[in-house]
This record gives sequence, structure tokens and C-alpha cells, in this order.
Amino acid sequence: MSASLQLDNVTIQFGGLRAVGDLSFRINPGELIGLIGPNGAGKTTVFNLITGVYHPTAGSIKFNDLSIPGHKPHQITRLGIARTFQNIRLFPSMSVFDNVRTAMVMHQLHGITHALTRGPAYHDEEALIEKEILDLLDIFKLRDVAHVPCKSLSYGDQRRLEIIRALATKPKLLLLDEPAAGMNPTEKEELMHLIRFIRDKFDIAVLLVEHDMKVVMGICQRIVVIEYGIKIAEGTPDEIQNNPKVIEAYLGVEAEES
Amino acid sequence: MNYKSQIALVAALAISLGVSLVSGSIDDYFLDILLNAGINIILAVSLNLVNGHTGQFSLGHAAFMGVGAYGASIVTLEMGGSLMRIFGSGAFGTGILFLIALLVGGLCAAICGWAVGVPSLRLRGDYLAIVTLGFNEIIRVVLQNTSGDGPFGGALGLKGIEQYTNFFWVFGIAAIAIYVISALVNSTYGRGFLAVRDDEIAGESMGVNTVRYKVIAFVTGAFFAGLAGGLYAHLRSTISPEGFNFLKSVDVVVMVILGGMGSTVGVIVAAIVLTVLNETLRDFEQYRMIVFSLLLIVMMIVRPQGLLPESMFQRRKKA
Ligand SMILES: Nc1ncnc2c1ncn2[C@@H]1O[C@H](COP(=O)(O)OP(=O)(O)OP(=O)(O)O)[C@@H](O)[C@H]1O
Ligand SMILES: [Mg+2]
Repeated sequence: MSASLQLDNVTIQFGGLRAVGDLSFRINPGELIGLIGPNGAGKTTVFNLITGVYHPTAGSIKFNDLSIPGHKPHQITRLGIARTFQNIRLFPSMSVFDNVRTAMVMHQLHGITHALTRGPAYHDEEALIEKEILDLLDIFKLRDVAHVPCKSLSYGDQRRLEIIRALATKPKLLLLDEPAAGMNPTEKEELMHLIRFIRDKFDIAVLLVEHDMKVVMGICQRIVVIEYGIKIAEGTPDEIQNNPKVIEAYLGVEAEES
Repeated sequence: MNYKSQIALVAALAISLGVSLVSGSIDDYFLDILLNAGINIILAVSLNLVNGHTGQFSLGHAAFMGVGAYGASIVTLEMGGSLMRIFGSGAFGTGILFLIALLVGGLCAAICGWAVGVPSLRLRGDYLAIVTLGFNEIIRVVLQNTSGDGPFGGALGLKGIEQYTNFFWVFGIAAIAIYVISALVNSTYGRGFLAVRDDEIAGESMGVNTVRYKVIAFVTGAFFAGLAGGLYAHLRSTISPEGFNFLKSVDVVVMVILGGMGSTVGVIVAAIVLTVLNETLRDFEQYRMIVFSLLLIVMMIVRPQGLLPESMFQRRKKA
């Protein structure tokens, strides 16, 4: 089952700074949506609003008709929204395997008492979790490095691991914050396949923040453009590429390579 | 078989009981150091859950120990007679009495842990350290200012506590503490503690209820510190508020840091080493804190991961 996210007139004010103003857009089940804008436009802030890290000053955020503000971040993850971070936030002391395993905590049927008594039910569940994680790592070709420290992975693999970890929460909506940042052209190419693949295989909606236009234009069905927290355009990649407002916003800043 | 950890626990309990039965033939001085080491192991392993595995910097462990010591002592002093009339005054009766006393002490400490933890665990790092340090001092000052004839005995504390503590109680409870904390941490459930330590925001975004994990760590740590306090009181037979001051908390923190935050084996070794060191430095009491401070500074610079090599404990998993 997929789910839809609806933002209506969302505003957040940090002191005198209106980081996001009157923003409305919708993500339908299974859609792959891009969210772009110049540096400091408010993209990450939108992610933080959706995941409950920030609370909107005004407006509403609804996920399947359930109001998001007022829920804690871990509750929102349980509702089916998972994310990655612009600056990689893996658990540095853990192995690749354990990073993914952390996402399994919320799916456990048995909690603290089973961890303490360690009966057959506990061992069964641990075995099941292990299999699930290894299968997931297998799909993304990280199974061979399952038990190495996550810090020893290459930068691109760390980014992929963050996506896998988010997927392990079994989301219906996945938020990716600049997943291509710091990747080389081949890795970017692979990433585009990966995102499409995830959307299709896991049947989830994806909201993608990305500065690399080739990636965004290549895979998104619809793109929302914001500048200074305000939506300046929304449409298909073609429409966005030819939108004078968007061109102006982007000509103001230096070309977004990297 | 899948029951390795339970078997290890039962074996440890049986060995503790066995040694306890022949402990009469152990040299008194040596036995005293052993029991002290055991109590310190309980303190260090339980604080390690909070400071090591969960990454919260608590500086108030001695306060929980003190609460447990007073709670347990008051039970044996005030209610010992009536409880023994029910259960008899033989080995069985005193065993039950002591168990009840220890549990009361542990539960009082756990309740304090909860009461301090819930409001203050929203604070991070240094702030939590200051709040727990403050709590430590509050407990000490409150105890000191109770009436000298009251159940808490004022600044002089409590005297004439029966010496129920023996090898079995100390190392049995140490074994249980080690089992409980290892079982908690070394499970999928336990990834939550490490996630809190590594990155709270990422942890929350993985669905980990970070506040609940912190409270569980804090309350569990306080409970075992309370048990350690009860054992300490019934070993020394006198306790006073000064024995549970902030310096005692620092002692335990030093054990956790020397042992390598989050390494159970390392922390056990550190608890033993520091107990022995404390004993040998007894004549140089006034320099002890200087030595400890220097030790800490050197550790932080040279081996922040603890004394023992990490590879010793890396659990090898089948790939
Ligand atoms: N917690 C905060 N307090 C104050 N200001 C904030 C806070 N979080 C974000 N901002 C401000 O909000 C604006 C939007 O920041 P945000 O990180 O959302 O931009 P972004 O579009 O993700 O930029 P980038 O492309 O550089 O990642 C910035 O001016 C930022 O300084
Ligand atoms: Mg950003």
C-alpha cells in the first residue's frame, strides 16, 4: 500500500527568517517528485518539517489524512516516512549490518523482555531479522561488506547504505536529500537506476532533493521549485526547464555542478 | 545450543555460591578487596550502560548507590526483626531478609533514576552531567541534614548494619548485572541504545524512541547502582552521606572511561584494576585524585577507546 502526502500553505519562521512560506504541494502514491531550488532555498527545511524535526508555524502537513505536526520524528517514521540526510548520518560506531539492523527495532514484535529472557521466540525473530537484512544488502550488492565498519565504505557506498537503512524501515514515502552529492558520474548514473528501481520494486513514493539537474530531470515525473522558501514553479521536467522564473532563479547563482 | 548466555549466568551464580561456602578459608584482607572489586564491577557495568552504550554523561552514580545503601539498611535495621520472625533467623531467613532489603534499595534508586531521568534526559552532554552532579549533591546534603535520631542518622549516617554481604551476593548480583546489560545491548532491541549514542537525530529517523531508550538505560543503571549500594552498606556495616559524594561518582566514571566506553569486558577489568590501585594508594589518599585526573587526561589523548585492544571483543558473525 502506498500513501499520499499533502502540504497546505506550510510556513516556518526562524526568528525573522521565513525559511518556508505558504508552500503547498502533493505527492501521490508511487510518484517520484523532485524538489529543487538554489542553496538555502529551504529544501532541507521542508524535509525537517515533513519528518517532525521542525513544527510548521502555520499550514498543515497530512500523510494519508493524518496530521504530521505534533508527532515525534520516530512516530512519523513508523507511519511510513523515511529519509536520508544531506550530510551522511550513518551510525559511525556500527557495522554496515548493524546500521540496517537499527531500522528493524521498530518492526520487532518482541521487545525488551525477549531480549532479556532470550527464549526460542527471541532467537527465531533475530534469525528472521538477520535474513531480512542480508537479503536487503544483497539486492544492493553490499552483502559482502555486511560486517565491516560502515566508516570504511566508500563515500558513494555510504550514501547507498543510508538509502538502504531508510528502506529497512519499510516506508511508503522516501525522502532523499541530495543523494548524488559527492558522487562521480558513474555513481550518479547508477544512483538514477537505483532510485527508479526502489520506487518500482518497493512500490513507494519518492521525494528527491538534488542539485544535479541531470539526475533530477532524468528521473522525476514532476518537479517543485522553491526559492527563498516560496514555490516558484511546479511541473514536468520539460515545463520546468523552459520556465523563465526557474531559469532566472538559477542564473542568479553559479552553475550547480559538483 | 541457543542458551549459552543463560547457562553462563547459572554457572556464574553456582560458582559464586560455591566460593562463598569456602570463603572462610580466604584471607580476610584479600576477600575484602575481592568484594570491593565485585561491588565496583556492578557500579561500573551499570554506569557503562548509561555513559558507554547510550552515550549520556551521568555524573551521579554514587547518589543512586547511596539511595540503595540507605534503603536496604533501613529495611534490615528497622524491619529486620519482624521479617526474621516470619522467615526464621537461619540462613534462609536472613537470605530472604537481605534479598528484600537489596530489592527495596534497588527499587528506590530506580525510582530516583526515573524521577531525575525523565525531565533531564532532554538535556545533552555537559548539561546532563551538571544536572546529575547536582542531584548527587542534593542527595548527600539532604541525608546530612536529616535528624541524627531519625531513620537516616543525619551526618553521622547509619551504624550497626548487619554484615550480610558475602561472596555469593556480590558476585551473583555482578553476574546478573553483566547478563542483563549484555543481553539488553547485544540484541536487535539493543541497537537503540547505540543509535542514541551515535546520532540521536538519525536514530529517531530510524523509528527509535530515543527518549524511552535513555530512560530505560538510566533506570536500569540506577537500579543496579542501588543494589551495589545495599551490598556496600552490609559489607562495611556503617554508611554516611560522605561515602556517596561526587568523588565516588567520579571513581566510577574513571572505571568506565579506562575500560573503554561501551566495552563490558574492558570496564570489568578497569573496575578490578582501580579497586586494587585504590587499595595500594590508600596511604597516599590525598594524591589519589591527582593520579586519577592525570590518568584520565593521558587516556583521552593516547587511548580514547579504552585500555584493552578493540579486536578482543569484536563479535565475529558469520557472513
Ligand atoms: N534551525 C534553523 N534555525 C534558523 N535558521 C534555519 C534553521 N534551519 C534552516 N535555517 C535557514 O533556513 C534557510 C533554508 O535552509 P535549508 O537548509 O532548508 O536550505 P536548502 O535548500 O536545503 O539549502 P542547500 O541546498 O544548501 O542544502 C537557510 O537560510 C537556513 O539558514
Ligand atoms: Mg539542504
